[in-house]
Amino acid sequence: MRLTPIPDAGLGVPPVPRPAAEPQDLLFEVENLKVHFATDDGLVRAVDGVTFGIPRAKTVCIVGESGSGKSITGRSLMNLLPHTARIVDGHVLYHPEPGRTIDIGKLDPRGKPIRALRGKDVSFISQEPMAALSPVHTIGQQMVPVISRHLKLGRREATERAAAMLARVGIPKPAERLGSYPFEFSGGMRQRVCIALALSCRPKLVIADEPTTALDVTTQANIIDLLVELQEESGLSILFITHDLGVVAEVASDVVVMYLGKVVERGSVEEIFHDPRHPYTRALLRSVPRLGAGRDTRLAAIRGMVPSPFDRPKGCDFHPRCDFAIAGTCDVTAPPDVALGGSRSVRCVLPEAIRPPVQRAETPPSSTQRTLRHG
Amino acid sequence: MWRFIAHRVVYTALTLAAVSLVSFLIIQLPPGDFLTSLAGKMAEQGGDLDSASLAGLKARYGLDQPWYIQYWRWITGILLHGDFGQSFEWNKPVSELLWDRMGMTLLLSLVTLIVTWMLALPIGIYSAVRRYSLLDYVVTFLGFIGLAIPSFLLSLALMYILSRYAGMSVGGLFSPAYVNAPWSWAKLVDLAAHLWLPVLILSTSGTAALIRVMRANLIDELHKPYVQTARANGLGEMELLFKYPVRVALNPFVSTIGWVLPHLFSGAVIVSVVLSLPTAGPLLLSALLAQDMYLAGSFILILSALTVIGTLLSDLLLAWLDPRVRYQ
Repeated sequence: MRLTPIPDAGLGVPPVPRPAAEPQDLLFEVENLKVHFATDDGLVRAVDGVTFGIPRAKTVCIVGESGSGKSITGRSLMNLLPHTARIVDGHVLYHPEPGRTIDIGKLDPRGKPIRALRGKDVSFISQEPMAALSPVHTIGQQMVPVISRHLKLGRREATERAAAMLARVGIPKPAERLGSYPFEFSGGMRQRVCIALALSCRPKLVIADEPTTALDVTTQANIIDLLVELQEESGLSILFITHDLGVVAEVASDVVVMYLGKVVERGSVEEIFHDPRHPYTRALLRSVPRLGAGRDTRLAAIRGMVPSPFDRPKGCDFHPRCDFAIAGTCDVTAPPDVALGGSRSVRCVLPEAIRPPVQRAETPPSSTQRTLRHG
Repeated sequence: MWRFIAHRVVYTALTLAAVSLVSFLIIQLPPGDFLTSLAGKMAEQGGDLDSASLAGLKARYGLDQPWYIQYWRWITGILLHGDFGQSFEWNKPVSELLWDRMGMTLLLSLVTLIVTWMLALPIGIYSAVRRYSLLDYVVTFLGFIGLAIPSFLLSLALMYILSRYAGMSVGGLFSPAYVNAPWSWAKLVDLAAHLWLPVLILSTSGTAALIRVMRANLIDELHKPYVQTARANGLGEMELLFKYPVRVALNPFVSTIGWVLPHLFSGAVIVSVVLSLPTAGPLLLSALLAQDMYLAGSFILILSALTVIGTLLSDLLLAWLDPRVRYQ
């Protein structure tokens, strides 16, 4: 297999044992998840052995470029995949309360058990508020049946609950607005409606797939504030899928960095931002535009393109774009996922990537700085 | 909504007025009038129409008046007295000929429309949802054959097969014994026994086309995010299919209801001639050939009026179905 461990003798890799059991109270555990797409051009390994956990009442961000498999990973949590996709391996474990486990990946994606969970325990906020609601039904027609089904409420109580939710997300005259059609709302208001719909049945997890991408900056900030507020109120967990590191810094407690269907690094938000280990994570952080950087400063884009899923590089998926790739190692063998303690792990063989977290370096090694490329 | 309806009705009325004028002008366009061809016919048969009786006829039908007077007489006669004029060719009031044929035409069109939709919609939905399945390929294949075979050829072939091998009375809408009989239960049964063949032939190409349209519309809708939202809220596949994407995919159908009638009308002329159906198409054809202007003009007027009214109906129906239309 690809995951042949690198002999640590030559590289000085300290053997770090995987933590046996996560002590944290996890709502979701994704273990070695593999999702494959059957396409006309061949098999696409969209999600290729992804492992992470979502703690109760916390926000986990999945960060990655387009095509990294972050959205498919998110959708796997409610087993809501395109019909060409299959969960071929791994587990999606849901713990409604500590000690109870449902393997969502093993449920029939069209069956009753999973449908009872969708919208009730796990709900979804899409990145396209303009298209996420039916254009020919009123907001009420779309919200009320969902509420009455999941919460077993009568029509009247369900309507009241829907209006209360609209009020909670800041829609004026909520009872009247239940009779409005989606096109009568602005983009930001529509995303609020989508949030109201997603939270209307008191879910334990909300999967937010780039919920602010289609909105302008001010509206983005409002929507994120609203989500954070609602989370504090109801103690729900959020899986936030984004490519926007600014948003990550604001909302995340844990971060999962994905590249070509694999998790290349994960850790707490402090660890990822203050002590990024994987060259890809570091490159992503460097590519964030900063205020006050001066107009002559060029943005540090990551060179090259995301490889085609049909033409994956040999060895480490990232090595053709990596500034620190070691010839003869990175282009030959796929790096293993090295656990660094806690929820921290990194998929890299570079010594500075896998050094133990206690020895926090004050500055990056000078050799690293010399080889940095800008633009 | 009321504003929208009022708007539409006013536009429809204006369009109808314009349509009546245009249909009148079209009748007037060819050189000569009915009396010229009548005189020619009489001369051919050896008889002669003296100039005095010719002038008498001219005055009676207002043929010596300018066109706008003729138009005014024609349109006020229709609107106020239901008098469409006299058919010179048949020597009968046009209204008599008209209602006879129109009734049958409407019946045939309506049954064809219903059959077309009842076949095309479910098949189209199936074909979109189970895209690239075996049955989808079969249906698509049959659909293209249905589109490609000219309907007159289909009618000839079916007529031959049915009369040769099944010994059925084909052609027309009634058995000879019932053609002139008053309406009765037996006549109705006889009508049904004859109606299915023209309905089958006339709905073949329409069904094939609608299956393709429904399939394409629905495939577009099936991948819209709102379908994902419905799924993410735990709706079952069948439930969400009919509540959301099918509903949206129906819009283009509704907006074409208004065209169905004239299409069946003009498209069905050849089939009607082949099957000798007592519908409007063949009568219109012969009226045009004979320059029987009042008959032809009335047909064109009624057809156009039905198209305009049909469009109004589909507009209103669409506004009721799709809120985006009525709020614009």
